Amino acid sequence: MAAPNASLPPLDITRAPEGGEVGAVQSGWRLALREFVRNRLAVTGVGILLFFVVFCFLGPYFYHTNLLTVSLINAHDPPGAGHPLGADVNGFDVLGELMKGGQAALEVGFFAAFVAITIGALVGAVAGLAGGIVDTVLMRIVDIFLSIPFLFVVLILAAKYGASVLSLSLVIGGFSWQVPARLVRGEVLTIRERDFVLAARTAGTGSWRLIRKHLLPNSLGVMIVNVTFQVADAILAVAYIGFLGFGLHYPNLDWGDMISDGVGYMQDGYWWLIYPVGVCIVLTVMALNFIGDALRDSLDVRLRRR
Amino acid sequence: MSAYLLRRIGTSIIVLIGISIFMYLLLHSVFPSPARIALGLRANQAQIDAFNKEHGFDRPVFEQYLTYINGLVHGNLGYSYAENQTVASLFQERLARSIYLSGISLIFAIAIAIPLGIFQAVRRNSLGDNVATSAAFILYSMPSFFLGLILIQVFALSFPILGFEASQSTSIWTVIGDWHDMLLPILTLTLITVANFSRYMRSSSIDVLAQDYIKVARAKGLPERLVLSRHMVRNASLPMVTLIGLFLPALLAGNLVTETLFNYPGLGLLFFNSLGKEDYPVLLAYTLIGAVFVVLGNFVADIALTVADPRIRLA
Repeated sequence: MAAPNASLPPLDITRAPEGGEVGAVQSGWRLALREFVRNRLAVTGVGILLFFVVFCFLGPYFYHTNLLTVSLINAHDPPGAGHPLGADVNGFDVLGELMKGGQAALEVGFFAAFVAITIGALVGAVAGLAGGIVDTVLMRIVDIFLSIPFLFVVLILAAKYGASVLSLSLVIGGFSWQVPARLVRGEVLTIRERDFVLAARTAGTGSWRLIRKHLLPNSLGVMIVNVTFQVADAILAVAYIGFLGFGLHYPNLDWGDMISDGVGYMQDGYWWLIYPVGVCIVLTVMALNFIGDALRDSLDVRLRRR
Repeated sequence: MSAYLLRRIGTSIIVLIGISIFMYLLLHSVFPSPARIALGLRANQAQIDAFNKEHGFDRPVFEQYLTYINGLVHGNLGYSYAENQTVASLFQERLARSIYLSGISLIFAIAIAIPLGIFQAVRRNSLGDNVATSAAFILYSMPSFFLGLILIQVFALSFPILGFEASQSTSIWTVIGDWHDMLLPILTLTLITVANFSRYMRSSSIDVLAQDYIKVARAKGLPERLVLSRHMVRNASLPMVTLIGLFLPALLAGNLVTETLFNYPGLGLLFFNSLGKEDYPVLLAYTLIGAVFVVLGNFVADIALTVADPRIRLA
C-alpha cells in the first residue's frame, strides 16, 4: 500500500475545494477598523478632531499673535483687517486665543481621560480578578464615588488648586474613573473564565502579570470606547469650570474662560467674543462623540445586528 | 422583592456613610476652618487660634465629623460667617425657587421627550427622525451655558421678546407668574434635558416596537394611535423612571450653571457665590446634601423601576 499522503496535493487554504477564493483571515481589530471606516460620521469626526489638533498646536507657528501684552487700542476690534475673528477686551486676537485655548482643552481632555482610564482599569481589573471581599469593598468605593455630585466637587477643588493644566486634569480624571472601573470589571469577569486564562494560571502566572498580559489587553475594546467619551466629557467639564471662572487665567487661557469674558459684552453686540469659541467647543465634543459611537458600534458585536 | 429592598437599603446606607466621610474629609482638607472669613483678612494667628478653639475647629478631624453629622441630623447645617445666617435658613430662602426651576423644566422635558421618542421610533430613519437625532446630538455636545447664550441672543437681544435675567423676586408666586423673565432659563434646562431623555426614549421605543405584543395589537386591527397610547407609552417609558430618579439631585441641588448664567437666586447661585467667597460651611452642607440626594435618587430610581416593571420583580 502506498504511503497515504504521497498522492495528495499539499493543502492550500487560500482556495476552497470546490473552487473560488477564500479571503485572508482577518483579526478582530481589522474587522472593527473596516466597520469604523465605513461609518461616515466617524470619519468626519476623526477629520474634525485632527483639524483641531493641527489648528491648536501647529497654528501658532504660522499665525503669530501677541497674547501677553495688553493693547487697549485694539480692544473689541470687530473681525477685519488685522484680526480675522476680532479682538477681545484686552486687545488679544481671538483667533490666536482660540488656538491657545484649544491647546488647554485638548491637553486637559486627553490627560484627564488618561488618568481616569488608568485608575479605572486598575481598580476594575483587581476587583474582577480577585472577587470576594476585595471585589465587594472596591465596588462599594466605586458606588461612593459615583454618588459624588461631580460638578460641585470638581469646582471646589478647581477653585482651590485648579490654576494649571495638570491639576485640572488630575481633578477631573480623579472623579471620572468610576465608569471605566465598572466596565473593565465586567469584561474581566467574563474573560477570566476563558481557557487561555486557566492555562496561564495553571502555568503559574502571577496575578499582576495576568492582568497586564491577558486581562487588560482583552478588555481594550471597552476601554477605548470609554476613553473617547471621557475625553469629550473632560473637555465639556473644562468648559464649565472655565465659564464659571475657576479655570486657567492669564497668561494662560481656556475656551470657557473666553466665553465668560465675552458674556459681559453681549449687549454691545460683540458676537465674535462668544460664538466662535462656542462653535469650537461643540465641534470638538461632537467629533469625539461621533468617534465614540462608531467605535462602540464596531467593537461591540452584539449591537451590529441592529 | 423585600429581600431586594433590604439589600438595596443596606447598600444605600453604606454608601451614604462612606460618602459623608469622604466629602467631609475632602472639604476639611481644602478649607480647614472658616476663621479667616469670620475674622477678616487682617486677623493674626493668635486670633485665628482662639476662634478655632472656641468653635471647635482644632479638635481631631473625626471628632469634628461626628459633631457635624450629629448637628446635620438635628437640622443644624452650620453657620455661614460670610452671609451671617445659618446655612439652613439660607437654603430655605432659595429652596422653593430652585425646585420650581428644575421641577417645571423636568415636567416640560418629560412631556416633550416621551412623544418625541415614540415619534422617532415609529418614523425611524425618516427626515423627522434624523433631524431630531441630529438636534439632540448637537444639544448634548454643547455646554448648557452656550445654549443659554444663544437663546439669550435670539430671544432677548436681537428680537427683544423675553428677558435675559431671571426673575429676582423673593416671592415664589411672582416668579411663577413671571413668564417674560423665566421662560429662557426654563427653556435652556428643558432643551438640554430633552436632548438626554429622547435618546433613551427613542432606543427603548425601538425595542418595544419589535415586541410581539405590538404585532398582536396591530394584527387585532387596533388603530395605530391606540396601539401607541395603550401599549407603547407605558412600556417604552420605563427608562424614564430611572432617568427621573437620577434627575432628583439636580432638582434639589439647583441647576448650577443655568442659575449662574441667568442670575437666578436659587441654590445653584448660592453655591457659586459661596465658592468665590470660600464660604466653607455652605459648601460643605451643599455637597453633603447633594450627595445624599444622589444616593436617594438612585435608590428611588431602582425601587420605582422594580415597582413599575413586573419583569424585574418576578425574575
